[in-house]
Amino acid sequence: MTAHEVATPAPGEAPSLEAINMTKRFGSMTALDNVSMRVPAGSFHALLGENGAGKSTLVKCIMGFYAADAGSVLLNGRAINIANPKDARANGIGMVYQHFTLVPSLTAAENLVINRADTPAIINWSAHKRRLAEFLDQMPFRVPLDTPVSALAAGEKQKLEILKLLYLDQRLMILDEPTSVLTPSEADEILGLLKEMALAKDITVVIITHKFREVTAFADGVTVLRRGKHVGSGKVGELTTQEMARMMIGDTPIREPARRKEQPHDAAVLALSGLYAEDVEGLPAINAVNLTVHAGEIVGIAGVSGNGQSELVEVLSGQRPLDDGGIFIRGARFEPTRQSYAKFKVFGLPEEPLKNAAVPRMTVAENMAFRTYDRPPLSLGWWLSPRPMREKARALIRAYRVKAPSPDSPIEALSGGNVQRAVLARELSGDVDVLIVANPCFGLDFASVAEIRAQIMEQRNRGAAVLLVSEDLDEILELADRVAVMSEGKINYVAPVSQTDRRTIGQHMAGRLAEV
Amino acid sequence: MTDAALTTVVIAMIGGAIRVSTPFMFVALGETITETSGRINLGLEGTLVLGAMVAYMMSYRSGSPWVGVLSAGGVGMLLGGMHGFICKLPRVNDVAIGIAMMSFGVGLAFFFGKPYIQPTAPRLPTIPFGDWLGLPQAWRVALDIHPLFLVGLALAVCLAWGLRNTRWGLILRTTGDSAPAARAMGISVDLVRFLATAAGGVLAGIAGAFLSLCYPGSWNEGLSSGQGLMAVALVIFARWDPLKCVLAALLFGAAGALGPALQSIGVTQGYYFFNAAPYILTLCIMVVSAGSKRAMRHVPGELTMSR
Repeated sequence: MTAHEVATPAPGEAPSLEAINMTKRFGSMTALDNVSMRVPAGSFHALLGENGAGKSTLVKCIMGFYAADAGSVLLNGRAINIANPKDARANGIGMVYQHFTLVPSLTAAENLVINRADTPAIINWSAHKRRLAEFLDQMPFRVPLDTPVSALAAGEKQKLEILKLLYLDQRLMILDEPTSVLTPSEADEILGLLKEMALAKDITVVIITHKFREVTAFADGVTVLRRGKHVGSGKVGELTTQEMARMMIGDTPIREPARRKEQPHDAAVLALSGLYAEDVEGLPAINAVNLTVHAGEIVGIAGVSGNGQSELVEVLSGQRPLDDGGIFIRGARFEPTRQSYAKFKVFGLPEEPLKNAAVPRMTVAENMAFRTYDRPPLSLGWWLSPRPMREKARALIRAYRVKAPSPDSPIEALSGGNVQRAVLARELSGDVDVLIVANPCFGLDFASVAEIRAQIMEQRNRGAAVLLVSEDLDEILELADRVAVMSEGKINYVAPVSQTDRRTIGQHMAGRLAEV
Repeated sequence: MTDAALTTVVIAMIGGAIRVSTPFMFVALGETITETSGRINLGLEGTLVLGAMVAYMMSYRSGSPWVGVLSAGGVGMLLGGMHGFICKLPRVNDVAIGIAMMSFGVGLAFFFGKPYIQPTAPRLPTIPFGDWLGLPQAWRVALDIHPLFLVGLALAVCLAWGLRNTRWGLILRTTGDSAPAARAMGISVDLVRFLATAAGGVLAGIAGAFLSLCYPGSWNEGLSSGQGLMAVALVIFARWDPLKCVLAALLFGAAGALGPALQSIGVTQGYYFFNAAPYILTLCIMVVSAGSKRAMRHVPGELTMSR
C-alpha cells in the first residue's frame, strides 16, 4: 500500500471464519477439546462460556498466540496457516483485548501508525497526519490524535482500539469482553456502530461476553463452550437466555438468591464525610465524597472503572492516606488501624483478593487467621498456636464450601472463586457491623457468584451496613437498596434502586448531569 | 573572592563541564536507549572501565587512537549483548545481572590492564576552538574541545528526533512501555531489548575510550570512580529524554570541575569536599526525584522499578 492510499472499509469485504475441530492441550490439561465455530461473513457472533471454558484459548489459537494441537481455521472457506499474531494480522484478523493493548505513553496517532506493517523507517508526520485525518473522516467515531493514550478516557481508548483494527484493514474483529470498561450507553453506542458495519457487510465480529443483554441486543449467532468443549450453538432469536445460561453452567447446582428481608433502615452506621484523596499525579482521585449507609442496607456504588472507586475502597481499607474529610461509624471517628477494624467490627472484601486481602504464599489457615491471630485462642501472648488455627480454618472451609486441598496448602494454589470464598469466610465469620465489598464477583463462575451474592445479602438481612462497589451494574441493581453513582471522583447521584433505572444511572456514570 | 578569580572559576567550570561531561553523556544516552526498551543495565560502570582499558591498549598497540575508540565500542557491544542475552533467560533479574556484569567488566579491565598503566598511548586530537576565535588563554584551555563531545551532542539530537520520528524509535518506546502491546503487534520484545542493551553497551564503551584517550587521558584503575553508576542516576534525573541527558551531563561535569577550579585560584580549604560535589549532587537528585509523585510519570512502564 502506498503512503497516500486511505484504508477505508469498502462495502462487501467482510470475511467468513470457520474454526474446525480445534484442540489445544497444556501438559495433561485439555483446554480446548475438538471445538468448532462457524461465523458467516458480516455476522455478529457471540462466544459464550464461563471463566476457564476455553473461549480465550480458542481465540488465541485463531490469533496465533498458541499453536493448536489439532484443527484448522478457514477464512472465506480457504484454510489458512496462522503461526503467530503477524500472520493473523496479514490475513485481516484483529482482536480487541480485555485489557488495552495501546501503548500508554504514545499518542493516539503514534499508536495507529506503529501498528501498521508498512510504516516506513522514517516517519513523515505531516503526510501521516493528513492520511489519518482522511481516515477518521470516514469513521463513525473519532478520538483526539495528539493526546497520549494514558490521558484518554476508557471509552475513548476502546474506540481507538477499534479504530486501530479498521485502520489496519482488519475486517474480522474478535472482541474480548470489550464493554467491561464502558458505561452502558458507551457500550451500546460502540456495539451499535459495529453492528451497523456488520450489517453493511463491512466487517465480521466475534464477541466474547458474559452479558446476555448484549448478546440478545446485538448478536445474531452464538457458540457456547463449557470446560473446553462445544456444548451448543444457534441463532440468537431461537435460543432463550435461560437456555444459553443452562448450556454455560451445565448441571452445577446454583444457590438460590437470598431473599431481601424488608426492614426499616433507620440507624445510620457508616458515614463518609467530605472524603478527599489524591492520586499519584497530585490530582483529586476522590473529591468531597459524602455518603451514609444505614444498618441493614446495601448501598451500591456504580461507575465506570477508574472513576475513583478503587481509591475509595483503598481509603476505607487503610491502603491509601486520606487527605481530608473523615470516616465516622455510629458517630465516632474511624481511623483505619487494626484496632479500629476490630473495635468497630468493620470487615471487607476488596477487589482482587489474592492481591489485596491475602498473602499468596502463606497457607489457607494462616490467611484465614489474619483477623484473629493476635487474640486467644490462636495466640498465647508471644506465641501462635497452630492447632486451633488449623481447626478454625477447617471449620470455615467446611462452612463456606471452600475447595482447598488442605488448610496447609498455599492460598495462591486455590482457584479465583475459592480464594474469594476463603477471604469471605474470614471476614464474615465474626460479628459484622460494616461490610465493604468491591467487585466481589469479578471473573467468577456462576456457582461462586450466586454463593457470594447470597452471603452479602444475608449480612444485610442480619443488620450490617454494606457498601458495595461494583463495575457490574446488574449486580448493583440485584443487591443494592440504594445506588450511588461515582464519576470523576465525585458522587453525583444517589437514589433508591426502586426509584431509578439503568438509563438514568448510565447518564450519571458518564458524568452528564441529569436531564430527568 | 575577586572578580578576576570568579571569572577564572567560571571559565574553568565551563571548560570542565565540556571535558568532564562527555563520558556521562555517552553512558547516559546508552542507558536511555536501554531503559526506553524497558530494561535497566547497571553494568555500564563495568563496560566503561573495560572500554577505557581496551581503548588504551588498542591505541598503544596500533598507534591510532580511533582504532582504540572502535574497539572500546566493540567490547561494550559484547558486554551489553551478554547482559541482554542473560536477561532473556526466564526468571532473571536485570538489576542483579547488571551488578554482576559491573564486577565482571571491572575485574577483566584490572586483570588485563596491569601492563598498560606505565606506557603512553597516542591520544585523540582536540579541536582548538579558542585558538580559531582568537580568545584569551583561559578560554583557549576551556574551549579545546574533544571531537567525541561533538559526536555526543549530535547523537543526543539524533536520538531525541529518532525516538519520535522513526519506526525504530516507536518500536523501542512501545517495547519499554507495554510488552503485551508489543507482542500483540508481533514485535519480538526480547530481540528489541537485546539490541537496545547492546547499543547501550557500545556507547558506554566509547565513554570509556574518552576517559583513557581524551580526558584525563591515561589508563589506571581509579579512572572511572563510579561515573558509570552516576550516569545511570542521571538518566532518571533527565526523565529518559536524550536532550535533558546532555544538560544533566553538563551539570555533573561542571560540578566535577568545581574542586580543581577552586584549587587553581588558591582555595584549598574543603578541597575534598568540593571534589565530592558530583556525588553529593547524585544523592540530592535521587532524593528530590524520588520524593515527587509527578516525577515518576515518564518512567517506561516495563522497568523493574515501576512494576
